[in-house]
Amino acid sequence: MSGRIFLFGDNIDTDQMAPGKYMRGGLEMLAAHCLEGVRADFASTVRTGDIVVAGRNFGVGSSREQAAEALIHLGIAAVIAQSFAGIFYRNATNLGLPVLVCQDISALKDGAHVTLVLDAGQLTLSETGVTVPLDPLPDNLKILLADGGLIPHLKKRFAREKNK
Amino acid sequence: MNTTLAQKIIARAAKRDHVTPGEVVTAQVDLAMIHDSGGPRRVEPILQELGVGLFDADKVVLISDHFVPGDTEEGAQILELTRQWAKKRQVAFHDGEGICHVVLPERGHLKPGMLVVGGDSHSTTGGAFGTYMFGIGATEMAGVLATGEIWLTVPKTILIEWRNQLSDGVTAKDMMLAICGKLGMDGGRYQAVEYCGDAIAALSMQERMTLSNMAAELGGQAGLIAPDEVTASYISNAGGDAGEWQMLKTDSGAPLMAHHAMDAAELAPQAAAPHSPANAAAVGDVEKTSIDVAYIGACTGAKYEDLKNAASILQSRSVKSGVELLVAPASKRDQQRAEKDGIMAVFEAAGAQILPNACGICAGYGTHRLGENITCISSTARNFKGRMGAASSNVWLASPFTVVASAIAGEIADPRTFLSSKERLA
Repeated sequence: MSGRIFLFGDNIDTDQMAPGKYMRGGLEMLAAHCLEGVRADFASTVRTGDIVVAGRNFGVGSSREQAAEALIHLGIAAVIAQSFAGIFYRNATNLGLPVLVCQDISALKDGAHVTLVLDAGQLTLSETGVTVPLDPLPDNLKILLADGGLIPHLKKRFAREKNK
Repeated sequence: MNTTLAQKIIARAAKRDHVTPGEVVTAQVDLAMIHDSGGPRRVEPILQELGVGLFDADKVVLISDHFVPGDTEEGAQILELTRQWAKKRQVAFHDGEGICHVVLPERGHLKPGMLVVGGDSHSTTGGAFGTYMFGIGATEMAGVLATGEIWLTVPKTILIEWRNQLSDGVTAKDMMLAICGKLGMDGGRYQAVEYCGDAIAALSMQERMTLSNMAAELGGQAGLIAPDEVTASYISNAGGDAGEWQMLKTDSGAPLMAHHAMDAAELAPQAAAPHSPANAAAVGDVEKTSIDVAYIGACTGAKYEDLKNAASILQSRSVKSGVELLVAPASKRDQQRAEKDGIMAVFEAAGAQILPNACGICAGYGTHRLGENITCISSTARNFKGRMGAASSNVWLASPFTVVASAIAGEIADPRTFLSSKERLA
């Protein structure tokens, strides 16, 4: 997968991704206001395949998974951050959105075009060919993401158990 | 082998003799708690899609608290759907009885050593009872309800030891704001935070719940306190069964990720500036800040003892003209107890507005959401921008003592000045 980087700072919280006051407007409306408090033009300029890169503790706050759903709705292919808040990390993975830890994001500039190879756990900058290493995903999460998230994964499991 | 409390609970739930921090295990869930917002309306469509029912209806507790009292058309519909689901799925249901994190232990559902998931980020509150309880999203909850299982990365333990004793007017909430200020909102690294020490042993269960509750703000997966006689007595009074809790503790010599030692005796009342709990400082160091709204609410800061603390300094004083004092007791039972003890009468005499036993404006719900440019001091856990209302509103976090002291003064104030003047009067 490849796309442009949208760069954010530390402690991007779930209220920024899924603002409480738009929670009742449905996913379409939530997504339209996703991250507007930190970057007003985010929802209007982001395209399918783009990648969010952030600093520490991305997704801090509530357990509302609309935070991850809003990003998926906007076509975000993956989130790469120095660290994630635990519940957001689990929610995103369960919804099939790859979230990857990158210890050093200094080479990742806003607007840069990159290619992400999930299996290899690396991100390549298109312009320079420089490769940035990502922390490897645990095996159980690789399977979950390969299945497209928790629900498709469980469907497969229940189908398997049925056929036994 | 010396192991941590977290390891002991997870090993049992994963049917293993021993688990090692960092390994991924699948654990059996002893109890799953859901509420009206992330619960039935979100999980039922997924259960339908999967074509399965609940793994065990006896291990599911449903509590309505987010859309209570159902004063909007949408809220009323969601509550109705929640009630229908409780009947259909035959689960324990507490409807309009208070905020889930307070009602769950209050009704005796928690037992030390359990592995529990909750569909809410403040589910860490259950850790005060020696359960490994943590919050998950709705999709993951649907998976738990379908299978009774959840995966975990066995956590390391961050031990936070509070030595000596708190002084008057200083509470568990101040401890947590101070820790958030010291370690930051990712200080818990999604590992197991465990509180210990003389000051913790001396705390009541409701105060301990505040510590565990705000492990969420610290970024811990869980916020544990090893059970003791105080725990066992609370549980038995709540009609529960504390079971064999004596072995549930972190062994001395168990490997830790970190051990932070804090001195409770030196702690001053804290206030966290907008828009992060990590912006904590001693109230005495805060610049003069006038307030418009003082809010006593939420699972974090409106339990019986929170109400009692606040009322103790509000008694025979009045709220500064122009300041609105809002009180949303965390549970119906806590409010009834506070009524019986004359605590609610103190709030009413001071002109406070009493709001429903629900999440209310802490979760951005209800008719009292903060307006443009309002400055609020709140006993809640989280002061992110726009969470409690308008993005231009400014929320300070503090203990119920400090919130009420500030309501009296009209500006952020140290509650100890009121305590000492009261003593002088006496």
